[in-house]
Amino acid sequence: MFFPSPFGEGAQRAGEGTFEAQRCALAEPSPPAPPPMGEGSNIQEDGMFGYYLDLALRSLKRNKSLTALMVLAIALGIGASMTMLTVLHVLSGDPLPGKSALIYYPQIDPQDLKGMQPNKEPPEQVTLIDGLNLLHAGRADHQALMSGGSVPLDPQKTDLDPFYVEARYTTPDFFPMFDAPFLFGHAWTEADGEAKVREVVIARSLNDKLFGGADSVGRIVRMAGVDWRIVGVLDKWRPNPHFYDLNTGSYDYGEQVFLPLQTMLDLRLDRNGSTDCWGNGGGGVGNILPSDDCVWLQFWVQLDTPTKAAAYKEFLVHYSQEQKALGRFQRAPNVRLRNVMQWLDYQMVVPGDVRLQTGLAFGFLLVCLVNTVGLMLAKFMRRAAELGVRRALGASKRALFAQLLIESGVVGLVGGVGGLLLALFGLWLVRQRPSDYAALAHLDLSMLFITFALAVGATLLAGLLPAWRACQVAPALQLKSN
Amino acid sequence: MDILPILSTLRRHKLTAWLLILEIALTCAIVCNAVFLIGQRLQRMDMPSGVAEHELLQIQVADVTTPANPYARMAEDIATLRQVPGVISVASSNQVPFGNSSSNGNIRLDPAQPQRTLSATTYFGENLSNTLGTRLIAGRDLQPDDFVDVEAAMKALGTGDAKGLPHVTLITQTLARRLWPGQNPLGRLIYLTPTVGLRVVGVLDSLARPNAYDINTAQYTMVVPLRMGASKDQSYLIRTRPQDRAHVLAAALAALKKVDSARVVTTKRSFDDVRRKFFQDDRAMAGMLVWVIVALLIVTALGIVGLASFWVAQRRRTIGVRRALGATRANILHYFQTENFLLATLGIALGMVLAYAINLFLMTHYELPRLPAIYFPVGAIALWLIGQLAVLGPALRAAAVPPVVATRSV
Repeated sequence: MFFPSPFGEGAQRAGEGTFEAQRCALAEPSPPAPPPMGEGSNIQEDGMFGYYLDLALRSLKRNKSLTALMVLAIALGIGASMTMLTVLHVLSGDPLPGKSALIYYPQIDPQDLKGMQPNKEPPEQVTLIDGLNLLHAGRADHQALMSGGSVPLDPQKTDLDPFYVEARYTTPDFFPMFDAPFLFGHAWTEADGEAKVREVVIARSLNDKLFGGADSVGRIVRMAGVDWRIVGVLDKWRPNPHFYDLNTGSYDYGEQVFLPLQTMLDLRLDRNGSTDCWGNGGGGVGNILPSDDCVWLQFWVQLDTPTKAAAYKEFLVHYSQEQKALGRFQRAPNVRLRNVMQWLDYQMVVPGDVRLQTGLAFGFLLVCLVNTVGLMLAKFMRRAAELGVRRALGASKRALFAQLLIESGVVGLVGGVGGLLLALFGLWLVRQRPSDYAALAHLDLSMLFITFALAVGATLLAGLLPAWRACQVAPALQLKSN
Repeated sequence: MDILPILSTLRRHKLTAWLLILEIALTCAIVCNAVFLIGQRLQRMDMPSGVAEHELLQIQVADVTTPANPYARMAEDIATLRQVPGVISVASSNQVPFGNSSSNGNIRLDPAQPQRTLSATTYFGENLSNTLGTRLIAGRDLQPDDFVDVEAAMKALGTGDAKGLPHVTLITQTLARRLWPGQNPLGRLIYLTPTVGLRVVGVLDSLARPNAYDINTAQYTMVVPLRMGASKDQSYLIRTRPQDRAHVLAAALAALKKVDSARVVTTKRSFDDVRRKFFQDDRAMAGMLVWVIVALLIVTALGIVGLASFWVAQRRRTIGVRRALGATRANILHYFQTENFLLATLGIALGMVLAYAINLFLMTHYELPRLPAIYFPVGAIALWLIGQLAVLGPALRAAAVPPVVATRSV
């Protein structure tokens, strides 16, 4: 890789690097590196690249501590910013890739006139009566009404104590609408749900725990003091963020059992989540269901085309007008129809701290880059004499520029590798945090690629200014001064 | 020290000098804001709860089958817990300060008023102020005959029957001052529903809300005499001596299991744990900010060392000439120190402007207060010190250049 040099290690370390570098360049003894070519000469571009690379490595080796400093600065900056960018990327990800644009969250405004303000957003959930009305209207391609909760499960085994499982009470369109994958069996039917059937779909993790992973369809599980028949087992499925109900915590949350909503209403099972009431509304504590002046359910629809979405929004306005005519609603129609990503954006699901930390990390990267620009400039300018000699021997400005950029590119590449290692360490640190999103902080392939692109791109950008400045040297002046 | 020669030298290295100034400015701006953010987080983590934190335990149990009479079950549980040795006092509550899960109500001072005055949290539970150790500073505590069963209250609310609802409340002094500034709050009415007003009968010294995300509204708290039945959302709060907490918790759990062996314990923790969990993100953020500040200062210091070393090496000959012409080692040393001081001062001045701009951005996007002026001199002194420390090594090396260098051709 390196050519035999007439100088020993001692000579390389000598303070007068410029002079020694000149001789290196002049005394280049043998191929594969051809001597610098004259202006406009384009032959053997590959050879030139190899030669420049070699020059870059020599130059970097000559001043080890400075090179290490530049690499360290780049690595720290890249490591910090990639750690936070990955966290941000994971947290603002699409929970239903390919489908999220078709899934909408209708909002209507059933509140009384008190507290009304122009342009105020309607409530973030629906009342039971409105939810059921919209569900039964069936105007969308798929629609599901749901709420969250938790139920005690008695495994009726000697080796397992009773425990609580996270539950989703929903109507059965939930599964096809959200593409929830079934491992065994299927959901209960719409009619069964209306008949308050005691059937349950369980998650794979619960199936593993209770039945050792066997096909448990048809088996009985005892929850909240009654027997439920298992009709389906979901395969591993955990959309992040938990978009369909953000009250449960936005990240890394998954239900273990899915129960028919109507059965839950019948049995008054415990609910988790938020209940917002107005007027004389109340309830939602213990076994008391919230009254009709309270919103506490989520209603989701699937609308396959933009036309259907527009028509559905129209339908929501009509529904509000109709309810107002009936005297139930008091406000003018105030509806929203956001798709999944718009809803997550509106709910500001990515924690503010994470956005702040990402900004901070990029500020840090900026300081590291300015640092590198300064050091590189000083380094390149110190080689003015060497560059002057090369110019005098016929190297074009472009050739010098390329040579210097390759040198900064090498720093960027090594810094990128260091940054990647630091980012892996940084993500490990993030995973040790107690936050709910901690477990999700992993580097994926696209972020790996971005890390390298960012490192090399940023360093090349940082090398542009010093390289350009160094190429401006007048060769004659440099030769004369020595 | 003569500044003019330094300036004329710097003029020949304009680009490098400006880059160093820019780096110092960015570091100064980020460090000022980061230190300020750390201060904010520490202040938040220090938020008073108003309760005897080191003497409290929280337990939540859930019955696998709903008891026939949840009120009787709760009374039985409380009586059982009172028998546990080491227990000083027992209360039931729907929520705890910093517990996150909360019940809140919109307060109106006149039932007809269109917009709410504010939103306050509502504690429901018996024997609360006594057990929590929150001091009553005016009026009286809630009495057993103030209490209404929650189910009866919900029914009354649905039918508009005022009699079935609670009629009195306790509020914190912060809330009292916010609602009726400079007036006696006792005897005044608060409307959570249009049907009936709650008469303020007592004022609590301090009691934080479970969802105390904003330090300004953290004490907007009411205690309403609603009797809750046993349910998985209800907490038993136990007051004990700090050193007894571990064994009292174990004994209390055993006693509750004795009442019904099939119940599931969902929460068992000391109030110290409650506080730690609630502020864990603030702690993580403050920790990360400290590391960012350290890394920034190190990178900037190393950058200064690197550039100064280059300049010293580049000016060896000049230094030699100066030494030969009679400059002392101290002169050379001071030259580089002054040069760094000038660059740092310019950087700091620029950094202050940047720090202010970043703060303005954070104020609009993250609801942070204005950066207090005290952070500016602190940031300036920190960067001056870092700059002087970083340049000392290269400057000493420069001072060590012998005059004989001047006589050598290269």
